[in-house]
Amino acid sequence: MRGAPLVRYILRRLLQVVPVVLGVVILNFLLLQLAPGDLATVLAGEAGGAPKEYIDQLRQRFGQDQPVVIQLFNYLRNLLTLDLGYSFRQSAPVLDLLLDRLWPTLLLMVTTLVLSLGIGLLMGLLAALWVRTWKDHAISVAAIIFYATPLFWVGLMLILVFSIYLDWFPTSGMEDVVAFYEGWDRVVDIAHHLVLPSITLSLFYLALYARLMRASMLEQRGLEYVTTARAKGLTERQITLRHVLRNALLPIVTIAGVQVGGLLGGSVIVESVFAWPGLGQLAYQSLFARDFNLLLGIFFMSACLVVVVNLIVDVIYVLLDPRIRIG
Amino acid sequence: MSDVVLGIENLIVELPSWSDRKHAVSGISLEIRRNEILCVVGESGSGKSVMAKSILRLLPEPHVRVTEGRIVFEGEDLLALSDEEIRAVRGGRIAMIFQEPMVALNPVMKVGRQIDEVLEVHSALKPAQRRTRIVELMHDVHLPEAERIIDSYPHELSGGQRQRVMIAMALAVEPALIIADEPTTALDVTTQAQILRLIRELQRAHGTAVMFITHDFGVVAEIADRVAVMRHGELVELGAAAEILNRPQVDYTQELVAAVPSLTPRVRDPGPAPAPLLVVHDLVKTYGAGSGFLGFGSGRKVKAVQNVSLAVGRGRSLALVGESGSGKSTLARCIIGLETPDAGEVRLDGERISGLSRRDMRPLRRDLQMVFQDPFASLNPRHRVGHIIALGPMIQGVPQEQAWADVRELLKLVGLKPEAAERYPHEFSGGQRQRIGIARALAVKPKLIIADEPVSALDVSVQKQVLELLDELRRTLNLSMLFITHDLRVAATVCEEIAVLQNGRVVERGATADIFARPQAPYTRALLDAVPGVAWQKTA
Amino acid sequence: MKSFRERFLGNPRVVAGLAWLVLALILALMADVLAPTDPFAIVGDPFLPPGAGFLLGTDSLGRDVLAGLIHGARTTLLISILSTLAAVAFGTLVGALAGYYSGIIDDALMRITEFFQTIPSFLFALVLIAILSPSATNLVIAIAVVSWPPIARIVRGEVLSVKAREFVQAAVVAGQRDSAILFSQILPNTLSPLIVTGSLLVATAILTESALSFLGLGAPNQMSWGFMIGAGRSFMREAWWLVTVPGVMILITVLSINLVGEGLNDALNPRLADL
Repeated sequence: MRGAPLVRYILRRLLQVVPVVLGVVILNFLLLQLAPGDLATVLAGEAGGAPKEYIDQLRQRFGQDQPVVIQLFNYLRNLLTLDLGYSFRQSAPVLDLLLDRLWPTLLLMVTTLVLSLGIGLLMGLLAALWVRTWKDHAISVAAIIFYATPLFWVGLMLILVFSIYLDWFPTSGMEDVVAFYEGWDRVVDIAHHLVLPSITLSLFYLALYARLMRASMLEQRGLEYVTTARAKGLTERQITLRHVLRNALLPIVTIAGVQVGGLLGGSVIVESVFAWPGLGQLAYQSLFARDFNLLLGIFFMSACLVVVVNLIVDVIYVLLDPRIRIG
Repeated sequence: MSDVVLGIENLIVELPSWSDRKHAVSGISLEIRRNEILCVVGESGSGKSVMAKSILRLLPEPHVRVTEGRIVFEGEDLLALSDEEIRAVRGGRIAMIFQEPMVALNPVMKVGRQIDEVLEVHSALKPAQRRTRIVELMHDVHLPEAERIIDSYPHELSGGQRQRVMIAMALAVEPALIIADEPTTALDVTTQAQILRLIRELQRAHGTAVMFITHDFGVVAEIADRVAVMRHGELVELGAAAEILNRPQVDYTQELVAAVPSLTPRVRDPGPAPAPLLVVHDLVKTYGAGSGFLGFGSGRKVKAVQNVSLAVGRGRSLALVGESGSGKSTLARCIIGLETPDAGEVRLDGERISGLSRRDMRPLRRDLQMVFQDPFASLNPRHRVGHIIALGPMIQGVPQEQAWADVRELLKLVGLKPEAAERYPHEFSGGQRQRIGIARALAVKPKLIIADEPVSALDVSVQKQVLELLDELRRTLNLSMLFITHDLRVAATVCEEIAVLQNGRVVERGATADIFARPQAPYTRALLDAVPGVAWQKTA
Repeated sequence: MKSFRERFLGNPRVVAGLAWLVLALILALMADVLAPTDPFAIVGDPFLPPGAGFLLGTDSLGRDVLAGLIHGARTTLLISILSTLAAVAFGTLVGALAGYYSGIIDDALMRITEFFQTIPSFLFALVLIAILSPSATNLVIAIAVVSWPPIARIVRGEVLSVKAREFVQAAVVAGQRDSAILFSQILPNTLSPLIVTGSLLVATAILTESALSFLGLGAPNQMSWGFMIGAGRSFMREAWWLVTVPGVMILITVLSINLVGEGLNDALNPRLADL
């Protein structure tokens, strides 16, 4: 499925994104209604901080005396024009704050994704090849333990060992702000700071992908087309690489897409443990400042990010699996 | 005996400890000669497939493994070869064809590449030469548009085409022996006939030895030079095809041959047509109308049943015969109310039953019942047999005590012990389960029974018993029956009348004897010609 | 073929997991008997290392860590189990309705399910708690709200596959009512995957609850493992045990549940275990 049908498929999938984004907006609005206080005070940061005039202005803008539907409509219009409101706690428009914090989070997520998918898939593949040997058991036991370990605790333990006792890595932050590194030195410095947070966030997903990959490989290896390949005289290596691998990867592509949402949740924890200046940490701060406007802005943006990633994953899946009929 | 290609000597294959038997194959010895087709026949559990797989060492080791014996091929014991040596034999000197081409081919690899792999491993040809050879092979197996099919994925081909790809793959480097494990079982009769003809043709042209595994004596009659009959992992009888088919020596072989449903319709003059009990008028059912899930599949409409009219007379039995996709099952489901027809009507005993709500249909369930195809899926594994049978009558208002007393009588009627009522379905064999299914259908004392392929999942010997039971019950209880089947032979044994369906339309209708003697529609003729072993059965 | 019980209890991983879970349940149920003092009460000097006096030491305020662990077991397990039960009940309802009544109902319910599966679940739980204010009830609600979609999808899939089996058609042909078919024919046959997924969901719920408590969004005035780690993180240099010990508790408990859940799966679907 290439060319025009693929483009049509992408367009149709884009169209399906619209109701999801609308859904998130409506959900946001409902959550605001749930919060104590009226919409304007909630948006302005509840217990003061915002000047009275601004709150009145907000009341007017959302037509606080209007029916809920009209309020929803106003809210929708604002959000869809990317007017995410103003954070009085941070004294900045929400959108600016978000864009400012986006890239550290993306850096953390992409590093984690590469690390966990790369190592996880490899470990799963090796475990399946060595099935029922001590090497398989070692990988499986490690995976099931990492799979059960709380993220925040892994982070603290890594800090305890590698920062406090061994002093190999910094305990927090994304870069050494007083050193004023530039160019290549800055990259090295950020990479140095990135090591512990990305390992923390990776371990769980690494374990997840390793387990999935192993199970998927073993399931595929029991199927009949593998017997056919064997009956052709292919070596086990050829069978694994040419036939089993691609089929085994298919279900994992789907799951990796689903996990992106979880990764964002995990980044809240990891960023608050390592004081990593990303969206997660911002969410954590806004939570305690009761800065709902900012919190829901982060939620909205994260949901959109997940939707976009899911779209990309679906397109990859279509490219990988010729059986999907599109168009 | 330089003619011998493969010799199996005292082969024993052990099953894992948790199975109900110790051996899948217990001491088989046989030979396959050059330029012959040896059919290995047996019912399920006879060990025929395990034996075939053990030749190329494709058993799921270590659970199932060869513990004794030799398999001698071209002077060497295959079981003693190194991994590298056996790989040279696999696909090179001995090739295999499997039952289900859909699952036997890699779903995400183009079929051309899948054939190419064999050439890559076993020949010195360069890529361009290999491509030429693949096109040539596709012509050999009569695949049209080789250039297009080479770049197709398995799901883009029909079942018959997929099996031709498998055969092309097997022939790629001219092996000395081809092992075909039930290669036509998953196919429709007409496709089966074509594939059988193809295998025969190619085998003759290349002088290859073929070991052909099957459960169907009709297929044996079509294709075999010699026959080996297996049962419970042992060789029961071995001999020339004509001998085994026409003069079987061993009791078991005689039973199997006798169990093959006869092509001669039961000699019974239907007599004057009785008043019709079930009338189907101009029934239409189309799938895919409206938007499907997530908006996919819209616009793709399948006309499953197109303006079908038919009637079943009181006390009569009508067979609906057709291949997969003919709409026969959809028609049955429309009649019994599992699907709502788009147009047309169904009348039972003069009363219109199509288009009724589930509630209005409920009292009519007493008159109309169904026997299902799969004896393993048609009984709820969590309910006792008695509960399963008594459900219908109790819904119709029969008191529980009475219903359970009737259950015992019904179980005796279908040849089971009354105590079976207390047990769960998994404790019964396939044939016994189908008897339970029949008892369930009879429990409300219906006037008409719809039987949807009730014996297609059963071994021939069991199939015969179930067919006899149905026939006997029908006569003693004066039931009418609509019998759905893909197998003309089965239709001939139980039904006085036949309607032949093709692509949702009735192409021919009439008394079984008449249709068998003088088929009018070309499709009926093709179906009759495609029945495996038709020539053998006519002479017998 | 071995029986279910033999396959399940013959698995050493299951036995180990069950043993720990029984112990944790006893701790949770008997918390008031085993550690009668209030876990928030100051009982000694701060930062007493494990060993003498207090088996697992004391924290920055001089509270008994062991007592905290015992009462924490109660909070964590109670919230996780209740939220899982709620998620399973709701998910089963949605999945069963969607699977049984295909068409528009199915379409609508599955779109909603997909929607809830798309939005980042931990963030959603976080926002919910922040807005509803932290309390044990709200924790249960928040965790349940983000956990039901997988249950709904699994139940729908199972119902669809069971519905296609002929014994369900036989029940229709016998004239059984929709609700009776759903409850007596279909749902009992979807139980085993539901039990497996449900048991694994408890593990996820524990991780979510601990993470929320760690961030300070747990039930106030109730000791929990996540809260203990959150409270101890500032004193890692001085008192490593404050963070390490509760974390090990969470790890072993989640691990045990996963082991038991997988053992259940292997015992219920023996073919997969043979691979």
